[in-house]
Amino acid sequence: MTVLTQAAAAVEGTFAAPAATGVSSAALLLVALPLLSAAILLIGGRRLNAAGPYLAVAMVAVPFVLGVLMFFQVTGLADGDRIADVQLFSWIPVDALQVDFGLRIDPLSLTFVLLITGVGSLIHVYSLGYMAHDPDRRRFFAYLNLFVAAMLLLVLGNSFVTLYAGWEGVGLASYLLIGFWSYRPAAATAAKKAFVMNRVGDVGLAIAIFLMFKELGTTSFDGVFGQIGALAETSPATVTAIALLLLLGACGKSGQVPLQAWLPDAMEGPTPVSALIHAATMVTAGVYLITRSYPVFDLSADGRLVVTIIGAVTLLVGCIAGCAKDDIKKVLAYSTVSQIGYMFLAVGLGAGVYALGILHLLTHGFFKAGLFLGAGSVMHAMNDDVDMRHYGGLWRLLPITFGTFTLGYLALIGFPFLSGFYSKDPIIEAAFAAGGVRGWLLGGAAFIGAGLTAFYMTRLMLMTFFGEQRWKGHQSADGHDYHPHESPLTMTVPMIVLAFGSVFAGFVLASGERLAHWLTPSVGEFAEPHPEILSPVVITVATLVVIALGVAVAWWKVGSRPVPVVAPRQVPLLIRWARADVGGNAINEALLARPGIAVTHALTEIDTTVVDRTVTGSGTVLAAFSARARRTQTGFVRSYALSMLGGTFVVLAALLLVRFV
Amino acid sequence: MTSPVLLIVVVLLPLVGGIAVGAMKAAPAGQVKLIALGISLVELVVVALIWAGYTPSGTGYQFATSLDWIPALGLGFSVGIDGVALVMIALIAVLVPIVLGASWEEKLPAGRTIGGYFALLLVLESTMMTVFAATDVFVFYVAFELMLIPMYFLIGAFGGPKRTYAATKFFLYSLFGGLMMLASLIGLYVSSKDYTPTGVGTLDWAELRAIANQIPESTQLWIFAGFAIAFAIKAPLFPLHSWLPDAGAEAPVGSGTLVVGVLDKVGTFGFLRICLPLLPAASAKLAWLIITLSVIGIFYGGIVAAGQNDLKRFVTFTSIAHFGFIAMGVFAFTTQAMSGAVFYMVAHGLATGLLFLVVGMLTSRGGSRLASDYGGVAKVAPILAGMFLIGALATIALPGTSSFVAEFLVLLGTFKTLPVWGAIATVGIVIAAIYMLWMFQRTMTGPVRGVGVLLPEPDLSLSIAPATPQILPPAASGGAVLTARHAAPEAVPHAPAQPLPRLRFSDLTGREILVLTPLVALILLLGVYPKPVLDVINPTAAQIVIDSGHTDPAPAIEGANP
Amino acid sequence: MTPTWYLLLSALLFGIGAVGVLVRRNAIVVFMCIELMLNAVNLTLVTFSRINGNLHGEVMAFFVMVVAAAEVVVGLAIIMSIFRSRRSASIDDANLLKY
Repeated sequence: MTVLTQAAAAVEGTFAAPAATGVSSAALLLVALPLLSAAILLIGGRRLNAAGPYLAVAMVAVPFVLGVLMFFQVTGLADGDRIADVQLFSWIPVDALQVDFGLRIDPLSLTFVLLITGVGSLIHVYSLGYMAHDPDRRRFFAYLNLFVAAMLLLVLGNSFVTLYAGWEGVGLASYLLIGFWSYRPAAATAAKKAFVMNRVGDVGLAIAIFLMFKELGTTSFDGVFGQIGALAETSPATVTAIALLLLLGACGKSGQVPLQAWLPDAMEGPTPVSALIHAATMVTAGVYLITRSYPVFDLSADGRLVVTIIGAVTLLVGCIAGCAKDDIKKVLAYSTVSQIGYMFLAVGLGAGVYALGILHLLTHGFFKAGLFLGAGSVMHAMNDDVDMRHYGGLWRLLPITFGTFTLGYLALIGFPFLSGFYSKDPIIEAAFAAGGVRGWLLGGAAFIGAGLTAFYMTRLMLMTFFGEQRWKGHQSADGHDYHPHESPLTMTVPMIVLAFGSVFAGFVLASGERLAHWLTPSVGEFAEPHPEILSPVVITVATLVVIALGVAVAWWKVGSRPVPVVAPRQVPLLIRWARADVGGNAINEALLARPGIAVTHALTEIDTTVVDRTVTGSGTVLAAFSARARRTQTGFVRSYALSMLGGTFVVLAALLLVRFV
Repeated sequence: MTSPVLLIVVVLLPLVGGIAVGAMKAAPAGQVKLIALGISLVELVVVALIWAGYTPSGTGYQFATSLDWIPALGLGFSVGIDGVALVMIALIAVLVPIVLGASWEEKLPAGRTIGGYFALLLVLESTMMTVFAATDVFVFYVAFELMLIPMYFLIGAFGGPKRTYAATKFFLYSLFGGLMMLASLIGLYVSSKDYTPTGVGTLDWAELRAIANQIPESTQLWIFAGFAIAFAIKAPLFPLHSWLPDAGAEAPVGSGTLVVGVLDKVGTFGFLRICLPLLPAASAKLAWLIITLSVIGIFYGGIVAAGQNDLKRFVTFTSIAHFGFIAMGVFAFTTQAMSGAVFYMVAHGLATGLLFLVVGMLTSRGGSRLASDYGGVAKVAPILAGMFLIGALATIALPGTSSFVAEFLVLLGTFKTLPVWGAIATVGIVIAAIYMLWMFQRTMTGPVRGVGVLLPEPDLSLSIAPATPQILPPAASGGAVLTARHAAPEAVPHAPAQPLPRLRFSDLTGREILVLTPLVALILLLGVYPKPVLDVINPTAAQIVIDSGHTDPAPAIEGANP
Repeated sequence: MTPTWYLLLSALLFGIGAVGVLVRRNAIVVFMCIELMLNAVNLTLVTFSRINGNLHGEVMAFFVMVVAAAEVVVGLAIIMSIFRSRRSASIDDANLLKY
């Protein structure tokens, strides 16, 4: 087993990565440039309103170029030399705890760097058009840059603490961007919800770090992965605990059950944000975390099992909810939830299959970002209306959007030889390859999910681009008529580029297991899964059949009959349940929100009544006693004189008593 | 320069300066204010010199000196600094000029002069410096009690509508703690007699430290109890906290900042300066109690903060939650938690200082302390909202802010010895996110609304510069809180026909931005590069852990990697 | 002649003074009663001085006289100013310092 040999090698101290050389040693620039740009835009004020957005675009494009240069540098190295660190400075040094601020350039982080800066640049360009009329767009671009910087820190950090810093940083950027239109109460609420639910996950990640430090005395990747093998021998339960805590963090960031409810609400943010943060990059950070921590998960079968279960459950929950939503962005959001479920399923299957999760992550990054940008383009054309029931027949009016969207759609449902096909099909095969009951259950879930995906995406396509033009004669919420029009070049060009990615990325990355080999130094040797239950060909064909079935059902239910402009109220329980986010919000509400508010009210009341009154009460008792006692001060001199005399006698008597008795 | 004279100057300069400023009744207010600010800046420079001359690796107290005071009892006026004292002194020296700058145009109650206010702040600075610099338990005690006097007048004479109540409560509460401490002090003096080589009682820190392990545990427990009550009141720990919300809310913004930012730290500082090294057996024995109260405080403070409508009370309750973290770190007995707790004191001073000042700037504009009177401020005053957000994020310990480093260290260090408590306390970070973002959402986001933001009556002047000494509508003057609430609904019905909302306030002025910038810069700087401060703290923190009779547990797996 | 009689006289004078302070209302009379008590004490001191054969008691008596004289100066001045402002020398009228 490669893992064990690596662990053994690590104990001897060979796990430590060498210092980066060449262009890779400039890794700090990747993080620093967007961060600097964000700071300039925020501090610069109105003067930068015009030039600021272009600066923001440049400060993402330059890191992309740097990333490409690093990529070529690293591909030129031998497999064993592809991991290199850039140690910057000592961040939190306290006695045995030495947290260094360092960045790691290796195939895994570079893959993410290229995804983040590549898709990020496209979406920055798109935002130039999309946010052109927003008075606050300087702030918007500043936040986008901040996000890119935090996300790059997340994937480049070479210790769990650095990763955590990026982890919370992207949470902050996500908070700021979801709540960008903060004067809308729904946006402000959604932003807060996202941040709080992310924080729940962060608690898991934080405790995992504490546990690593307690058991291993280090928080760096090198240190932890080097010694986790030794820990697994003495205390396997601790390794599983670390794995599960990391998983909790991953669930929070990636919108996995039970922390999925924030992601659909996050669609309150501007659409480029949804594309960049809540589809292509940030929400996949959970997958990154698990992949990055593969030595931990490799050693914990129970941990991996939980990951696969969560992945399988989430992908079904996402699909079911996606089938019933009428809000175009929410359908895509739930689609994201379920696709990340696929990735979790893949990375949970363990040694050798991590690359499949990353592959799906990359192709998903392309086509889902493309789909979101397309949705943004549609909304742009439709006065920011998001209700698909008000759309219809748009393909003629938005030809470029329609074309790119269709390619993204086909890629997502797994149409043969498009990106999604190359990445999703192997995951389904790998799930079946888990063997036995587990294989049937996981594989079955992934299989059903493929059919459901085909259904809800076809439904989305039909309701948006085909059928009658239901918006004719209606007015949008702000009282304007609909005048659908194609978007400007700044918006369509990124969509076209992403559509190319949706078509070819899968083939380019998957053929000859190119990505898997490239990732080997970071995630271990790739092992082609061999399902024993069914042969791969059978699975592939069956999957295609179920996808075709999903498309057909969608056509039969949606395409072949007129779509009501107002959602029908009398619907079966299943649909009602799906519309209500598969109960996700209701559970949170009943278990956490309401009791939380009740406890808050109760404790606030107790603080003023019980705790504070105990204090003021003791004062009151003392005051009451004084009120009685002061009555002796009559103001008559002779009563004072008498008491003095009395006192003298008492003292005398006491003295005599002591003297003579 | 390592002359002890510098430290004496630090202790005495604000006192002398404060008295001088207070005596300048005839001088114009602007001049008096400049002189006070100048004194505080000179103080800052002197502290910077001390920082430059301090040797982190040195042992014992540096810049130490002792002047005869009450020779009959063997008491000297002894001052000196170690790493912990140094960072606290630096925090005070940084905060006071900022507080003075923020109070530049403070609206004071009738009959009070700004000169008197600034003079009291300077005197307070002097007493706080003495507390942290004391190397004799008796000097510590005296300064501890002396702090009350300027603070009493700062709240009682310059505060909000319920200032008399708040000041009395603050004074009595603290005095009660102080007297408990006096009893323990005497007990310590008397029981030290049996163990000193000379057979004479002592209150000198170093001499007490030398005999700390010989005092029997039963005696230590009683002495510890008195000190612990005093410090738990000062810190404040649940359930002895109820003076802080009143004092913090009624105090004028500047002194409120110092109460929450510095004065309270005397409590946690006392724990680690006196309880742990001088009473190690009792500290170990009763650590469970303090830890339990701390963790209760983390949750209690957070949850009650979420239920507050008064913005200033809200900030004080968040501080109660943070003091839970600090006290927990002190009593976890690991180097990381100890360093973290000390760093937390600094980080919290900066973060809460920022938050408190911004809240003060907000309430002085809107004339109400109630969150429900504000809404959508981000739209009206984006810089103010941005500063509030930075303060809020620093309060919830987001990475990149100094509080993160502190909270991370405290939790990590606590987890090492007390995994269950550490894990429970970690959940507190979710509560922090909830109360902070909820408050941000209520006041800063959403549509522009609320009597604090919008002018209810159309005939009022729009140009309300913060400098204008005009009496604002009921909401601003005395009895503010209640009147504002009841007056508003009566006033609003006259205004429905208004086409455009009329704003009550403008964004931050240049002076206010200038005042807040150093805080923001320090918060970010210490979040990214805390090493200079940690290097000062670490040796002292490690020494405190050793003095308290503990050693860091070794990790289960000993590896070659750092 | 035994000193007992002196002591008895002194006790009698002290008693008269004490009762006078307690029952009389006129400030001047109360004041004189106090003087009476002081002189009763002086008598006791001198008596004991005689009994013990040294001068300690007599020295003490001089101190008492000095104090009494000072007291008269201050006390009478206070009584005068109270009388001027209130047109009364009754000590029961001057009871502002009560609860």
